[in-house]
Amino acid sequence: MKYAAGIDVGSTQTKCIIIDENKKIVARALTDTGANITRAGERGYEAVLAAGGIAREDVLCVVGTGYGRFKVSFGDLQITEITCHAKGASMLFPETSTVIDMGGQDAKGISVQNGEVVDFVMNDKCAAGTGRFLSTAAETLGLSLDEIGAISLQARNPVRLSTVCTVFVESDIMSYVAQGKKTEDILGGIHSAIAARTIALVRRVGLKPSYTFTGGVSLNVGMVKMLEEKLGAPLNVSPDSHYMGAIGAAVFALEHAMSAAAAS
Amino acid sequence: MTETHYQGKLHHLQKELMSEYYAALTAAANGSGVPAAYLLIGGNPVELLRAFDILPVFPEVNALQLAVRKQSLPFIQSAEFMGYSSDNCAYVKADIGMYFGGRETPFATIPEPSLLLCNYVGCNVYLDWFGHLAEFTGKPAFQLDIPFIRSASGKPSKEDIEYVLRQLHHLIGRCEELTGRKLDEDRLREAVRLSSLTGDLWSKIKHLTKRTPAPYDAYFDSVTMMAPLYCLRGTPQGLEFFETAYAELLAKAEAGIGPLEKERFRYVIEGPPPWPHLRAFRDMFSRWDAVAVASTYSTVGGLWEFGFTHDPDHPLESIARHLLEWNLTNRNFLQRYEQIERYLEEWNANALVIHSVKSCRLFSAGQGDMREYFTKRGIPTLLVESDLEDPRYFSEAQMRNRIDAFFESIAHRPTREGASV
Repeated sequence: MKYAAGIDVGSTQTKCIIIDENKKIVARALTDTGANITRAGERGYEAVLAAGGIAREDVLCVVGTGYGRFKVSFGDLQITEITCHAKGASMLFPETSTVIDMGGQDAKGISVQNGEVVDFVMNDKCAAGTGRFLSTAAETLGLSLDEIGAISLQARNPVRLSTVCTVFVESDIMSYVAQGKKTEDILGGIHSAIAARTIALVRRVGLKPSYTFTGGVSLNVGMVKMLEEKLGAPLNVSPDSHYMGAIGAAVFALEHAMSAAAAS
Repeated sequence: MTETHYQGKLHHLQKELMSEYYAALTAAANGSGVPAAYLLIGGNPVELLRAFDILPVFPEVNALQLAVRKQSLPFIQSAEFMGYSSDNCAYVKADIGMYFGGRETPFATIPEPSLLLCNYVGCNVYLDWFGHLAEFTGKPAFQLDIPFIRSASGKPSKEDIEYVLRQLHHLIGRCEELTGRKLDEDRLREAVRLSSLTGDLWSKIKHLTKRTPAPYDAYFDSVTMMAPLYCLRGTPQGLEFFETAYAELLAKAEAGIGPLEKERFRYVIEGPPPWPHLRAFRDMFSRWDAVAVASTYSTVGGLWEFGFTHDPDHPLESIARHLLEWNLTNRNFLQRYEQIERYLEEWNANALVIHSVKSCRLFSAGQGDMREYFTKRGIPTLLVESDLEDPRYFSEAQMRNRIDAFFESIAHRPTREGASV
């Protein structure tokens, strides 16, 4: 059996995927990117090879994506995560028209047709409304990132945040804590504010179902529900949504290997 | 994939002539006795100054030269220290910081102004800029009030032209007081004649990028020609530069030589460049074999390629028309759409890139709508943002990501009929 690999070196985490010739995911690995980006790609690749028990020589092609894509020096191609998220989302959910991606430092909206990017928008240098905002909020409340989504679902009277700024949210939260607001209501407000901001961003490429939610924040059940409520439509979410960029990269790698084989 | 590094005669001549120009600025700063007038690029009436031997000084050109040389930030910061807001136009801050830093730059010592000629009313910040300079320098400011193009026809009214002409006559009076001599009408006509020939050549150069491959990049290489267009227009040296440039670029066009080894994408670009990161920004396009075939930015000083020419028989009227009608910044936004549409069609381009400027909301406001307007018409349009002067607004990784994703997406897309990919 031959394989193809996608390596998504993101700002926070490195996601690696190996697929087989039938585009079936056979191995995943998730590692922290850390300060050494070159090493992050290599380490992630070693981890995913080990996870699948796959030898390097059986991998036909490797595609790097994410901010660290140019540091995947052993990769055959580098493709932006925007294009890869669209590809990955369309593989898992072929009906996808709009991808909403929320990662560590990016929020993106991607309009997709037949697996290809028609248009996209991203937040600019400001990290408002991204995973970083949620992790700052979680830290301020003394909670872990994994638990805040579920807690936010219990909100009865969500607070109204005065900011979506990742820096200023801390003082906003502290003032609600001082007022005696319940944690779930504070978290409900936070999720609502970010969902509204993200939808406003994605609206710029057009809000067209079916929606696929990707990136690390897609693992947050509170954010999934909040986005669904505000969009009035269900989101496609897969347990592998976090890996979507790497999945898309792996699909590109497989297509590249197949077209190279056909050409020879 | 790789950029062709060509430095033809025009680049050498540009360096030589601009060095001479800067030497004249330095000489004036050191007491050569030549009066200097500060003026703005938008529709600049430089011909009038030529008739009086007044040296034109463009604070915008000085500011961008500082940025290209990566010297702008300390000046920006010193202006912020004085109290200028971080949101204020970074050209203004770099210039004010430089002024109080002793007017010393790596390219020239900038002379004190004898006259502050605020010829651009499209920007209220610019009005204040020259107002502040008048206060700091204690020198007189002359404000030309140029009405915006407001009509559906895109033409100034008869009254608009008369209004500007009256002001030009006042300006002539001010120049006569400053220099102590009457206007020599023959000299004005001669300057306008030289500008007319220069403008015609610039227009022809602009039309050369209709060819495939385009013989030069209409954004990144146009900027090389823009400094002589403003600083030397209306002089024999300015004309000589454009004769050389046209001959060289025509020869490249005839030989099928472009700035890149291969031309894969032809795009139109709107907005000023990120001067502090010009090379990095250019490389982001070059690696996609993408060439700008037209740019709106290269028309801020004057829009020659759609038929404007100075008229030596009617020198003041043609200066008035240049100020009113034939420069990008005095035109309305629908005219900007029309200009871009013409570029897309006639220059055979298949994409639009908008570089929005963080510290200039006046130029950038409306670009979000512009993106939508062209996207709805099926033109792949990318909006990116940084700054024209302040290096802190440029995030290389994010900028590259957007540009890479944009070209990845249009690489797969069917093209408009006739447009090449």
